[in-house]
Amino acid sequence: MRTSKSARIGQYAALLAYLAFLALPFLWLLSTAFKPPRELGSLHPTWVPRNPTLDNFRQAFDEQPLLHAALNSLLAAASAALVAVLLATPMAYVMARHRTLLGRAATGWVVVSQAFPFVLVIIPLFLVLKNLRLIDSVFGLVMVYVVWSLPFALWMLVGYVRAVPAELEEAAAVDGAGRLRTLVSVMAPLLAPGIVATALFAFVTAWNEFFFALVLLKTPEKQTLPVVLTHFIGAEGVADLGPLAAAAFLATLPSLVVFAIVQRRITGGLMAGAVKS
Amino acid sequence: MTLVTGARRPAKRVTRAGPGSRPLGGHGAWFLVLPALIPILVLSVGPLLYGILLAFTDAQSGRTASTQWIGTLNFQDLLHDTLFWQSFRIGLVWAVGVTVPQFLLALGLALLLNQELRLRWLARALAIIPWAMPEVVVGIMWRLVYNADAGVLNETLRDLGLGDGHDWLSGLTTALPAVIVVGVWAGMPQTTVALLAGLQNTPRELHEAAAMDGAGAWRRFRTVTWPALRPVALAITALNLIWNFNSFALVYVLTNGGPGGRTRLPMLFAYEEAFRYGQFGYAAAMGCVMVALISVLLAVFLVGRLRGGEER
Repeated sequence: MRTSKSARIGQYAALLAYLAFLALPFLWLLSTAFKPPRELGSLHPTWVPRNPTLDNFRQAFDEQPLLHAALNSLLAAASAALVAVLLATPMAYVMARHRTLLGRAATGWVVVSQAFPFVLVIIPLFLVLKNLRLIDSVFGLVMVYVVWSLPFALWMLVGYVRAVPAELEEAAAVDGAGRLRTLVSVMAPLLAPGIVATALFAFVTAWNEFFFALVLLKTPEKQTLPVVLTHFIGAEGVADLGPLAAAAFLATLPSLVVFAIVQRRITGGLMAGAVKS
Repeated sequence: MTLVTGARRPAKRVTRAGPGSRPLGGHGAWFLVLPALIPILVLSVGPLLYGILLAFTDAQSGRTASTQWIGTLNFQDLLHDTLFWQSFRIGLVWAVGVTVPQFLLALGLALLLNQELRLRWLARALAIIPWAMPEVVVGIMWRLVYNADAGVLNETLRDLGLGDGHDWLSGLTTALPAVIVVGVWAGMPQTTVALLAGLQNTPRELHEAAAMDGAGAWRRFRTVTWPALRPVALAITALNLIWNFNSFALVYVLTNGGPGGRTRLPMLFAYEEAFRYGQFGYAAAMGCVMVALISVLLAVFLVGRLRGGEER
């Protein structure tokens, strides 16, 4: 379609403004992470550190148990993602292929569960987990994360299952394969990329999660990365800016990497679920 | 694809490939559903019902053993709790204040990205940042930007000769707008991607036909683009309103509800009641009221929008 020159310039100006809005806060975080205390204290901060240093990173690790927190986060997020996908895939298959009362109820639950204020769920969960002595344990947190990530895991997986033509399964059935055999040897390989994308998405959400971790984990050694990060912000909100920025940047790296890898599949999956249901 | 065509052997028996063609066959299907269904019932539906029950009790942390049924007392107290209603109002301002500008910006951006522009790849790459960042980190990052002395915002304003250092997050009038900006930033990519997907469903030929008929850009948007985009736009807006109303981590890190409760969203208020003061029953009642009111508001919103669409 034809676009006039002035309209083109306007479009690029708008796009650049948006890119700046997206990028500048992040660049500032990076810049702060590499600044020595003297530059952070100066009244005229600069975008590019004049004397870049890694001291903030060292100090961040000295001040808070970052490594330990990262391991806790990794453990919680990886197990939650794995379990969630293992549980969700068969159910998503049924939801996609059979329109039953159960399937519709499940779809309804997926939608409704997006509207809960977590507080209504977390108080009873807190009481139950307390009775089971699972407060302050990564295992208890994983249980919560699994159920909490099931709705969108189902949502994405239903989209992926529907994208596989049912004829393939019927062909396998005609060739004499039973249901289980069809699922394992026909569906599973075709769904594998979607399952991996879903698991990675579940991983990132659990890695980033804060509210449940804040409520359920009390001992500092058991806390996950987002919770430990808030310890850098002191009681009065006065923070050691350099180490805070350094730690915050490190905490983001894993999700950025994972997301960069699977972003297309995720948007594809979310849209497939949204468009077809 | 060749596999698919090869598979069409029994001409009649093969029902349409679409979903819902077959009944739930035998016990196999139940077997597939149970692994997910049991945890959902035990850890999600169960606690939800239990939470509603708790709202009618005086449950407190530390003495849950002697919990008593107190009827609607919690709800009556809530009705007179000015702090709750303050937080509820703030929650609404925040939810609308984030959702509306975010939608408009995302719509503009989606329309831009739907064109042949050079920097599209960069926009897509950068959009990952807010999407993938933990909310806690987003909060920390913006604290650095807003910082009174060492923050880039004040420095830029100083360079432009506008003001000399303002403490945005602790100013009574600036705190809420400041956190709203962060909310807009954090949710832009998802909204943009959803709208972009909606745009790509609009048939290109329709656009071209309208352009041939001499329709200007605005006419084309109103008559071709918007009608196709409306369902997606409506869904994402409704979801954004709910998500924003229920949000917690971002504002917890940015202001922790301060200054003087000016940014205390309902979830922050409920969190404090439950886990700082141990008022489990009261906080559960608050959760119930939030669910109820958000459903009513959404229903009004959706009905209004649907009707608005029919009149045209």
